[in-house]
Amino acid sequence: MTVTVYISCDSGALALGAERIAQSVSREAQQRGIDIRLIRNGSRGLFWLEPLVEVQTDQGRIAYGPVQGHDVSGLFDSGFLNGSPHSLFLGLTEELPFFKKQQRLTFARVGLTDPVSLEDYLAHDGYRGLHNALTISGADIVRQVTDSGLRGRGGAAFPTGIKWNTVLNAEADQKYIICNADEGDSGTFSDRMVMEGDPFVLIEGMTIAGIAVGATQGYIYLRVEYPHAHKALTTAIAKAYAAGYLGQNILGSGKTFDLEVRLGAGAYVCGEETSLMESLEGKRGLVRFKPPLPAISGLFGKPTIVNNVISLASVPIILDKGGEFYRDFGMGRSRGTLPVQLAGNIKYPGLVELAFGLTLRELLYDFGGGSANGKPIKAVQVGGPLGAYLPESQFDIPLDYEAFAAIWAVVGHGGIVVFDDTVDMAEMARYSMEFCAIESCGKCTPCRIGSTRGMEVLDDIINGRELNKNIPLLRDLCDTLLNGSLCALGGMTPYPVLSALNHFPLDFGLTDQADAA
Amino acid sequence: MTETASMQTTLQDITTRLKDKPGALLPILHEIQNAFGYIPKDSITVIASELNLSRAEVHGVISFYHYFRESAPGHHTIHLCRAESCQAMGSKQLEAHVKNRLGIDFHETTPDGKFSLEPVYCLGLCSCSPAMQIDSEVFGRVSPETFDRSLAKIGA
Ligand SMILES: Cc1cc2nc3c(=O)[nH]c(=O)nc-3n(C[C@H](O)[C@H](O)[C@H](O)COP(=O)(O)O)c2cc1C
Ligand code: SF4
Ligand code: FES
Repeated sequence: MTVTVYISCDSGALALGAERIAQSVSREAQQRGIDIRLIRNGSRGLFWLEPLVEVQTDQGRIAYGPVQGHDVSGLFDSGFLNGSPHSLFLGLTEELPFFKKQQRLTFARVGLTDPVSLEDYLAHDGYRGLHNALTISGADIVRQVTDSGLRGRGGAAFPTGIKWNTVLNAEADQKYIICNADEGDSGTFSDRMVMEGDPFVLIEGMTIAGIAVGATQGYIYLRVEYPHAHKALTTAIAKAYAAGYLGQNILGSGKTFDLEVRLGAGAYVCGEETSLMESLEGKRGLVRFKPPLPAISGLFGKPTIVNNVISLASVPIILDKGGEFYRDFGMGRSRGTLPVQLAGNIKYPGLVELAFGLTLRELLYDFGGGSANGKPIKAVQVGGPLGAYLPESQFDIPLDYEAFAAIWAVVGHGGIVVFDDTVDMAEMARYSMEFCAIESCGKCTPCRIGSTRGMEVLDDIINGRELNKNIPLLRDLCDTLLNGSLCALGGMTPYPVLSALNHFPLDFGLTDQADAA
Repeated sequence: MTETASMQTTLQDITTRLKDKPGALLPILHEIQNAFGYIPKDSITVIASELNLSRAEVHGVISFYHYFRESAPGHHTIHLCRAESCQAMGSKQLEAHVKNRLGIDFHETTPDGKFSLEPVYCLGLCSCSPAMQIDSEVFGRVSPETFDRSLAKIGA
């Protein structure tokens, strides 16, 4: 009997050598005259175990990892194709605690299926959401999404249903769906993992969005730094077209939805939705004044939904199981699940999808296992380069948009970057200013000039020059950025800068909290 | 056909084929950079006339985006991540090693034309920081030693 073996084609796994392992396993099987079926799946998101090799057995999938090139022949010798013991034997993948404790809704198929196999997608409940959507009115689709409580996962956490409703009610000869796949935040990779590991779920989510609001054209604006995601998406889109899930008369419904991937060109600010649309229109990615809202006048001046990858990829399960099913996960006004990404200096880096409400401490220690080198964790940055740095005293805060807002922090895209006690927070604050200066679109002065000035002031502070003058100056500058910027790039750079200053005054040469005021 | 003539033909082909797409400029620039490794000066005139834009507008777009380049890169391009997660895992020390090893700074090419070094702000490989990309291949948990080995493999 042919045994099925799974080795990931996720970029994270590839970066750790999965391609070499896949080739080596194929070669070894051939030499031994064993017939195997090698499937390149997405990643389960347990990156300290990648390259992970899974074998299909009667009990389920047995995992071995992390597998290095020199392990392969030994694995064959010990009979891993029957799930036999070996020093890299991990047992059933789905029983691994890091995986088992999760609640995977959006990531239900990622790591399980062959990402670009439509048959596999269908066999694992794919396109059930679209089938349901085609039997109800656009308004009813939007109502399901509203009822689910889904809020944008791209950063601002705006209710998705409300956005869709605005576009639904806008009168226009053409409407657009844009998927914001720019994922520029450091410490985030969930968008990439979905696009590489289950591209059809994003395609299905966008198709449902198009049918809901009457938009016939969709664009996925993908960052150029993600070539593997690009390949997976274009392959999946071609298959969806060939099988009648995209294009004219989708599944005989008379509805049309076309979809195309467009590549960005390395500008962080193009993740901001209005800048993204300028870029899609073929211009410099300058941020537009709002209003008008994109929902009223967006791409090429037409009503446009702009949603994050995870937001859109969460739509199929909502349409499959109903808005209430999704809403029953979570706490307060943060409903459903959030794919949290553990990165930086952490022992068990990876993807954790869970209902909102878990504390940072649970994530950092129960899932993440503490820092990679066993040193104390000094700070974590949540929500990307514009997110605040949190000290240990704030680790008991639950993941919840409002709870984070209450301590002047953001959940953002759910990325958590961990730093051990060797980090110098004044240097991190300086880096935030530098990043803002490099990535500023240049439209407003506080951001364009202020960030460069911020670097200079921080250099002075780092060199211990006139702290009594420079600390207030830095605060002033942050105030101007906060209040005088057109978009969140300039407007939120003070979050990492001021949180670093407020929580870690010693790193700025101050003796205590009081000096930092 | 001379080299410039064949370049002109390629430029013209790409531009003619893509110019009717809505928002055609970025897709055109991407294809040109794919074809030549950079955006040759001559392409600006061609694009501007085909898309009915001023040359200044086309140039403005090229220069806005970090990814587009107006001079030929080295034989291999190394993208080193500078963002937070990689910093948390020692990318600054790695960066110093890489620059020292290649003898160049970011945005430069080695004198023998073999390597170009570019910064990148996250490759989405933060679960295996520090990360880098050499041409189309990605690498995680890069140390000075594994960097040297990767370099040796592609012939440094
Ligand atoms: C500087 C900047 C960068 C952003 N980058 C992204 C991004 O990479 N991906 C994303 O989905 N949203 C990003 N956003 C948020 C978008 O502007 C927008 O709120 C989001 O795409 C809306 O989708 P959602 O409602 O599904 O979250 C960014 C915002 C700013 C200000
Ligand atoms: S804050 Fe910065 S990035 Fe945002 S619009 Fe102003 S200049 Fe552009
Ligand atoms: S921060 Fe370096 S890969 Fe994400």
